Amino acid sequence: MTYLKSRRFIGAAFTAITMLSITRTITSNGDLTSTVTIAQALVFASPIALAGLAGIWAERAGVINIGLEGMMILGTFGAGWAGWQWGVWAGVLAGVIFGAIGGLLLAVAAVTFGVDQIIAGTAINLLALGLTKFLAIVLFTDAPGGGQAQSPPIKGDIPTFTIDSIVEPLTSLHETGIFFISDLAGILAGLFYNLSLLTIITFLLFAMTSYLLWKTAFGLRLRSAGENPWAADSLGVKVVQFKYAAVVFSGMLAGLGGAYLSIASTIYRNGNTAGRGFIGLATMIFGDWRPGGTAAGALMFGYIDTLRLIDTGNQNVKGLILLGAIILFAIGGLMLRKAKRNSAIGFLLLGSVMIGAYFSATSFPPEVAQVAPYITTLLVLATASQNLRPPAADGIPYRKGDNH
Amino acid sequence: MSQSALAVELSGIWKRFPGVIANSDINLKVASGTVHAIVGENGAGKSTLMKILYGMQKADEGTISINGTNLIFNSPSDAIDSGIGMVHQHFMLADNFTVLENIVLGSEPKNGIRLDFEKARKQISDIAAENGLAVDPDVLVSELGVGDRQRIEILKVLYRGAKILILDEPTAVLVPHEVDELFNTLRDLKKEGLTVIFISHKLDEVLSIADEITVIRQGSTVGSVNPHTQNVSARDLAEMMVGNELPNPEAVGDTIQAEVVLKVDNLAVFAKGGKAIVDDISFQIHAGEIVGIAGVEGNGQAEILDALMGIESATGRVQFKNEDITNKSTRHRRELGIGFIPEDRHRQALMLEAPLWENRMLGHQTRTPNAKGIWLTPRSAKADTKRIVEEYDVRTPSIDILASALSGGNQQKLIVGREMSGEPKLLIAAHPTRGVDVGAQAAIWDHIRHARQSGLAVLLVSADLDELIGLSDNIKVLLRGKFVADADPATVTPQELGTAMTGAGEVA
Amino acid sequence: MNLRRIGTSLIAPVIGLLFSLAITAIILVAINASVSTVLSSMWSYGTSPRAMSLMLNLATIYFLSALAVSIGFKMNLFNIGVNGQYVLGAVAAAVVASNLTLPKVASVTIAIFAAMITGALWAGIAAWLKVARGVSEVISTIMLNFIAIGIISYIIVRTGIGTETSLNVRGTKPIPESGMLRGSAFIDPGTSIYGFFFISIIIGIGYWFLLNRTRFGFDLRATGKSASAARTSGVQSNRMIYVTMFLSGAVAGLVGLPYLLGDTGTYSLQFPTDWGFTGIAIALLGRNNPLGIALGAILWAFLDISSGQLILEGVPREISTIMQGLIVIVVVISYEVVRRYQVKSEQTSVAKAMAKQEEVAAV
Repeated sequence: MTYLKSRRFIGAAFTAITMLSITRTITSNGDLTSTVTIAQALVFASPIALAGLAGIWAERAGVINIGLEGMMILGTFGAGWAGWQWGVWAGVLAGVIFGAIGGLLLAVAAVTFGVDQIIAGTAINLLALGLTKFLAIVLFTDAPGGGQAQSPPIKGDIPTFTIDSIVEPLTSLHETGIFFISDLAGILAGLFYNLSLLTIITFLLFAMTSYLLWKTAFGLRLRSAGENPWAADSLGVKVVQFKYAAVVFSGMLAGLGGAYLSIASTIYRNGNTAGRGFIGLATMIFGDWRPGGTAAGALMFGYIDTLRLIDTGNQNVKGLILLGAIILFAIGGLMLRKAKRNSAIGFLLLGSVMIGAYFSATSFPPEVAQVAPYITTLLVLATASQNLRPPAADGIPYRKGDNH
Repeated sequence: MSQSALAVELSGIWKRFPGVIANSDINLKVASGTVHAIVGENGAGKSTLMKILYGMQKADEGTISINGTNLIFNSPSDAIDSGIGMVHQHFMLADNFTVLENIVLGSEPKNGIRLDFEKARKQISDIAAENGLAVDPDVLVSELGVGDRQRIEILKVLYRGAKILILDEPTAVLVPHEVDELFNTLRDLKKEGLTVIFISHKLDEVLSIADEITVIRQGSTVGSVNPHTQNVSARDLAEMMVGNELPNPEAVGDTIQAEVVLKVDNLAVFAKGGKAIVDDISFQIHAGEIVGIAGVEGNGQAEILDALMGIESATGRVQFKNEDITNKSTRHRRELGIGFIPEDRHRQALMLEAPLWENRMLGHQTRTPNAKGIWLTPRSAKADTKRIVEEYDVRTPSIDILASALSGGNQQKLIVGREMSGEPKLLIAAHPTRGVDVGAQAAIWDHIRHARQSGLAVLLVSADLDELIGLSDNIKVLLRGKFVADADPATVTPQELGTAMTGAGEVA
Repeated sequence: MNLRRIGTSLIAPVIGLLFSLAITAIILVAINASVSTVLSSMWSYGTSPRAMSLMLNLATIYFLSALAVSIGFKMNLFNIGVNGQYVLGAVAAAVVASNLTLPKVASVTIAIFAAMITGALWAGIAAWLKVARGVSEVISTIMLNFIAIGIISYIIVRTGIGTETSLNVRGTKPIPESGMLRGSAFIDPGTSIYGFFFISIIIGIGYWFLLNRTRFGFDLRATGKSASAARTSGVQSNRMIYVTMFLSGAVAGLVGLPYLLGDTGTYSLQFPTDWGFTGIAIALLGRNNPLGIALGAILWAFLDISSGQLILEGVPREISTIMQGLIVIVVVISYEVVRRYQVKSEQTSVAKAMAKQEEVAAV
């Protein structure tokens, strides 16, 4: 099974790089797969990935966590405040703790009191927003370097790693522009360029989640609370405890995601999350409530965000349009082979529209890239929703002793 | 272990819920190494008793003694530790888990913190082989049928080393050959020295498998019989279950008119995978005629009714009084005068968190007395709800009370009253008297008979064979989605009908 | 019976208010502010004619937003996309109205229709995704919010529709005075009450009638209470999803209009974009009942407006947002607790009544 999985992973990575490479060759825009782009994409992707991972924990235990956004906000604040006071690692810790408090609140409302989970999560989002805005004014207004809506700078840095012996040769290889090879080189180099310790921790948390939730007895029990809590209870599994543990840990991960954001921008700022909690939730859904797919979704968001923000020659968005068209054509072709004619026609048509747009315009406004991830998410959900397997009891309030 | 030792002894068990006494002074002795059946009507308190024995609920009074030791169970884990296992009526399985994951959940073999899948696989196949319960441990439960799922439930219990098995209505969802397999398994388990407590209201089955039978009525134990030494019939047991007089519905006189109200041709309903659940059936019902469908639950009854109501998509042709309604909406069908009493009243017939008078409108929200044009008319709906409450003896302090506050029987009376309102031409009814007390049952039968005299056509599905025989003018036997036999209610006995339902014999 | 119900439905908000006051007091003490001064200052400013006028104006906006949310809530549809629906609606209205030179009634009516249709269509995307593709409306409406903001920023920044409205702020072309609905200043001579104040009252009454007095309303509520029972009763669930989302989106389309037609006359990039979330909170407080929503909207607006004065006491006005957040979370929990208590007490009362009837029968 692991053999099959790694083969599938390599296959997917190969396809992705090929498509990127085709796009890069046609547009002759080296930025698309450059070392810096990839390194920056990892930074943008990590907080979203952490939010998505947080969603996996809560929803695998059967609690929909739409309060992720609020927990992330709490995390950004905790990191900004404690990071300014006692340094960056205290900031990480405070972000995690603040997020955990948000998670605890959701657990109390949704698990103990059985409040509708979406409503409880929405309430937490509102509370977190109000609380942090208030505390920011109280704590940061008169602080040197702070303001009504932002904290003074966080003290210290998270260590980052650049392995020159890998990056330099690969970067020069990237600059040769050889099809596929140079793109692969750029991507690999990006993984070892300015790699933050927090990104490594994020990666380890993903690995840990895969192992804990799917390979251990603890994980089986936790997931049973999301699949059929009544059955789990009848076998002596302490469902409520597992739900609490999962939701609080979910809050911790979201808080860490928030802390990552604050640390990456060196301060806490009101509105810094900009809906990344919700985006994390979306990546979780299109990752089918699994770590691998969620990470892929987060990378897509991070990648598109990066291209939009480093778009110096106004050509990156155009490249993205072409990439999108190529992906749509590929999926359309796949659908044709699976004899799903209607879906195939839909994809091919959409792809043609994008090709047309690509050739008719010299450049595209950044707003196109701004909305691209959301449109992509909707497209993915619209195509794949019927094949997704959410936890069977996700979102259903559980009370001990009740029958379903 | 000797035959006479007691595996389970319950004495003086009381359990009260708000407004209901579920168990009053229950006494039960189960000998080790036997199959002990507990029978009683729906709502007699069997399930509550078993939940108490399994630690899911706590008794208000009374003692539980297992193998001679008094114990207190605070949770199912305590019961599991004492060697008790339960196979629930509604399977307790996670569909997205594999068979293996479902079986080991809660008592996983571990290697460090890692779940030891290899060891689990071996343990499961060992137990499966010992007891003749073949399963593939790595397949997802969602891909399995009912019989397989039940085997997994039994394996779950055996995996935990249970010596005492509780099976709650295990045959309700099985087809006949699966019932035979189950009974063979139970006999094997008995040979291995295990004790089986078997809850049922299917008396013929109970007589064929049980070594001892305890009857529960209205929350109390009314007696025990030993079918090996005492000569008891299903009818004797039934009378113990319901008290002395077993009411017998008798449809008097022939009221069948010439007009065909419902004509069904080649109706078929397919499951997701393409398997036919209802397989090409045709029949018709005249005005003033009651057609009964007999069959073991899960042979396609629910799907036939849903298809006739337009809730489930189906192929074939359905005509109502010369109008082809095959492609008509549920609402259109209801407005033509088709009443519907569905099988699952909580899911399909009620809004539990709405007052009774709003429930009165449900399914009739486009017609008087509930609406005029696009406007609702709450005042006349409320008045009519009061009428139903009186005529059908719904026990409630007010019509503003939430439907969830009523007992199951009273909910059912409200539903029957609602569906019989507005002079329906056709009534499609599943288990119209299920969970209703004996007096109200007779009243509902009277209402149906009365309406039949004035030309109501009825399609009746019931698990109560006496009800089916007593009310119907014609009975069709349904097996695996097909009509396999016709029976004449004037001559057929419940025993003969029961046999036909399993596909075993010919009927008169 | 009914009096008791009203009583129990008031318990939860009262608990929420008291609890949030208590926590707020603790916070105020923690930042060395005087609780009594803060509360009395909020009260005295909040009840001044000017503040009351501002409050009614803001409450009008909140009321519409909460109404839009609660139409969905009534059938268990979570329209989290009111934000996107109303900003698009407001832009549509602004564009249409700014290009019209018609009598006031005609111009305003057309603007209203433009906003409602735009909001409904945008919400309709979520309905289609749910019905045809099985996508949860919770996620799709959130995504559609982000997309709507992107579209608007494109339209205003990069197309001819946007112009420079004031220093460095781009917005739509100003609506001529004949297209505005400024209302009249009948409480405070210096502050107009939006004309939409009255329109929203009419919409609130219409909402109540639609839900409680029409067959459509019954179908909608039945679907919310039990989708399967509603289907068995003849409700076509897919059609209901479309109609409900269209309606919710149409009302959502109006949310920005009181401010647009009563104040700014242009949709600029400074137009608030998060009234939709406020609407969710108020719909929860008001239990989807128009009267409850109206009270919730007034409470919310009162906290927003009256806290404006707090800076004079050295307390950040954002203390009100904490109070609001606390009220919502405590109230949703108390509603659930009260609901359970209610169900239990009704079961007991039925049981008692039955026991009595049986005694009578036995005698």
